[in-house]
Amino acid sequence: MNLGPHGGFIVAAYAIASVVVAGLICWIVADHRAQTKRLAELERSGMARRSARGAEPS
Amino acid sequence: MALIDFANPNRFIRLVDRALPWLVVATALFCALGLYQAIVVAPDDYQQGATVKIMFIHVPAAWLGMLGWTLMSVAALGTLVWRHPLADVALKTTAPLGAAFTLMCLVTGALWGRPMWGTYWVWDARLTSVLVLFLMYLGVIALWRTVEDPSRAARAAAILTLVGAVNLPIIKFSVDWWSTLHQPASVLRLGGPTIHPALLMPLMIMAAAFTLLFVTLQLGAMRNEILRRRVRTLRLMQAANAGAS
Repeated sequence: MNLGPHGGFIVAAYAIASVVVAGLICWIVADHRAQTKRLAELERSGMARRSARGAEPS
Repeated sequence: MALIDFANPNRFIRLVDRALPWLVVATALFCALGLYQAIVVAPDDYQQGATVKIMFIHVPAAWLGMLGWTLMSVAALGTLVWRHPLADVALKTTAPLGAAFTLMCLVTGALWGRPMWGTYWVWDARLTSVLVLFLMYLGVIALWRTVEDPSRAARAAAILTLVGAVNLPIIKFSVDWWSTLHQPASVLRLGGPTIHPALLMPLMIMAAAFTLLFVTLQLGAMRNEILRRRVRTLRLMQAANAGAS
């Protein structure tokens, strides 16, 4: 594949787009792990939302 | 299931948990197909040569940057008018995604402009109005981080979003209203696309891939925001219990 005399610009554009997309994916995955972990820690310490307590079997 | 049923955050999270794996697979497939079409199959442009390949990421990124603000405007109405419980969640989580896609549009546009126009940047109406869109996204993100009370932050961000929506038609029609170095619309125009089908098809596939990616990231970010608010509520309850004992 010949990208011509401006190949560097094409490669740079695709590389930067890849970095932006990868950054967004990593941020959302890491944030999900962090929030899930914090929620689990709080629930282990006995904290539960009223709606969650209401949903528990009696 | 009625639309109002999605107002329940628990039900929304269950729906997202079920939908996300399918969306991830669909996004990956469309991205792979789109990149293959854009890089391998699409012919070079008769004037621009291979640099036309930058269009396949620049144009979808621009569309998603504008779509993000459009979604935020609908969410702003949901916050101010209907007081939908998930509206300000959507408003908050769309801003960083929209900012990222707008930044991608600006950077890839600069990299396309240098070999074609001889300059990375020019203060013409299209480029400047897109830069304003990016700065407005940063403004909304900053506002959310500045105001501590989420409901007050949501109202302020909703008003700023609706005011900023004025910029959307300016971006779209800037190439018609003013003399710009940026080319006029060649896909979304009244007379139909002026772009050759051999280039239009990969562009549409990449646009579909970017849209699927945006939806997937948005649903994931909304789920995270709902969990973050649960954590905040439980911490407030924990602090209140500690204060009472």
